[in-house]
Amino acid sequence: QSTLVIAEQSDDALTPITLNAVTAASQIGGEVSCLLAGANCSKATEELQKVKGVSKVIVAEGPGYQGLMPEALAPLITGLQEQSKFSHILIGASAFGKSLLPRVAAKFDIEPISDIIGIKSADTFVRTIYAGNAIQTVKSNANVKLVTVRETAFEAAETTRGSATVEKAPDCEGSTSSTWVSQELSKSDRPELTAARVVISGGRGMKNGENFSLLYDLADKLNAAVGASRAAVDAGFVPNDMQVGQTGKIVAPELYVAVGISGAIQHLAGMKDSKTIVAINKDPEAPIFQVSDFGLVEDLFKAVPEMTKALN
Amino acid sequence: MARVLVGVKRVVDYAVKIRVKPDKSGVVTDGVKHSMNPFDEIAVEEAIRLKEKKFASEVVAVTCGPTQNQETLRTALAMGADRGIHVEIPAADYPKVGPLHVSKILAKLAQKEEAGLIIVGKQAIDDDCNQTAQMTASFLDWPQGTFASELKLEGDKLTVVREIDGGLETIELKMPAVVSADLRLNEPRYATLPNIMKAKKKKVDKLSPSDLGVEIATNIEVLEVSDPPVRDAGMKVENTEELISKLKEAGLV
Repeated sequence: QSTLVIAEQSDDALTPITLNAVTAASQIGGEVSCLLAGANCSKATEELQKVKGVSKVIVAEGPGYQGLMPEALAPLITGLQEQSKFSHILIGASAFGKSLLPRVAAKFDIEPISDIIGIKSADTFVRTIYAGNAIQTVKSNANVKLVTVRETAFEAAETTRGSATVEKAPDCEGSTSSTWVSQELSKSDRPELTAARVVISGGRGMKNGENFSLLYDLADKLNAAVGASRAAVDAGFVPNDMQVGQTGKIVAPELYVAVGISGAIQHLAGMKDSKTIVAINKDPEAPIFQVSDFGLVEDLFKAVPEMTKALN
Repeated sequence: MARVLVGVKRVVDYAVKIRVKPDKSGVVTDGVKHSMNPFDEIAVEEAIRLKEKKFASEVVAVTCGPTQNQETLRTALAMGADRGIHVEIPAADYPKVGPLHVSKILAKLAQKEEAGLIIVGKQAIDDDCNQTAQMTASFLDWPQGTFASELKLEGDKLTVVREIDGGLETIELKMPAVVSADLRLNEPRYATLPNIMKAKKKKVDKLSPSDLGVEIATNIEVLEVSDPPVRDAGMKVENTEELISKLKEAGLV
């Protein structure tokens, strides 16, 4: 058994989801190698070398990997696989991983397994379907298992105790049919949604985008990230990168505060693994109260400012 | 001008409460309301808008599945697609069909129809796989623009704004290409009654996967489908004061 984890980096820094994918790879057993590609890789290579459980870092550095385009990376991975015959290829289920892995899988005529939340054995994986309303256990009989890994379902691997070797990836000519142009990341002084210890999310009950400032005020007191339900995104209150749910981000913080969110199943799928859930909603029948540890039936426009004030 | 193919999947309606079968073989789909996968509606809408803006010559909706999938196809036609292709897969075989097979079918049809652009939803709300666009692009060796929130077509250059973790990304693709639609690409229109009537007269071709040389074989076995663990409802608190003291007790704030 040997697993290739495809690392993700942005601006020459390792993306945290890579560490969760390494943990999943370690659970499968066998040697774990990582492929790191990018226009610049020096810093992320150093980081990756120290990750516990990684024995080899394969580096593909060059201007052709600018923007980590799947058209450039897929041939690199298929070439590496033909050479090394890994039993598993894993990648974090981020926008990057979700885009890339199926493209690789099709080249091998293999059905990939998306967004796993558990590993039963080397060929059997657990994942959610119907927005988390059912749990599916699937067995892959393919000669190489291609899997994307849900970040919140696996702990991050330690980043200090490893000592991996580094080697250069074989040269590869990627397609030039796509070009990366630019990235606009939402700038925020607050923590990332998927990394925050506390997440406060607003739903349709927020009534408009301006009212989200109430949540930002509270978030500042708790060093929290701010998210939103799909209903709030659909209504145009906030951008889609704030969406928590099956079709947005999956989060599992220590504390999740759902404000004005009724608790549609697609939203619950994105947050129900949070350690403690608080729900604030004026409708006592809102389904969110069925999953919350602490429920407060009250008008959010009264409750949220009160909380912010009390935490002063 | 490009011919656009759009993939439409028939799924259990998003508002239906999912029930797992007692024998754990899957979820109950018989006698349950079905509709078009919501992300595919966005794909159809985008294709129609491309035609309205004279960037597309024709919009062809494609569906793979049993007889009932015709309804899904008719919905796409009522929204404004020009014609449909139903790749019929008997209900008994349908559980074996996954994104790999659908991608192969779409890739073959793209060649047969000389399509210049394929648009599908980013994921289906039943299996939540999020694979079809990527695999279709791979089979065709076309570039892909996944999770698109904006498309701009100039000549054979397609600019795609993509929803990525933490923001947006802009890429340029050389046509022909495959795009997967994300939430904010557009707001799908409703089919009006006259258009529903008109859709009944639109042409629908029927094919089987073998007509396209696609074999339905799978290397995935579903061992079990079960209910998710139930999270117990906790307590109700009376006011924010009590809430904060509870959170303080738990060391959370």
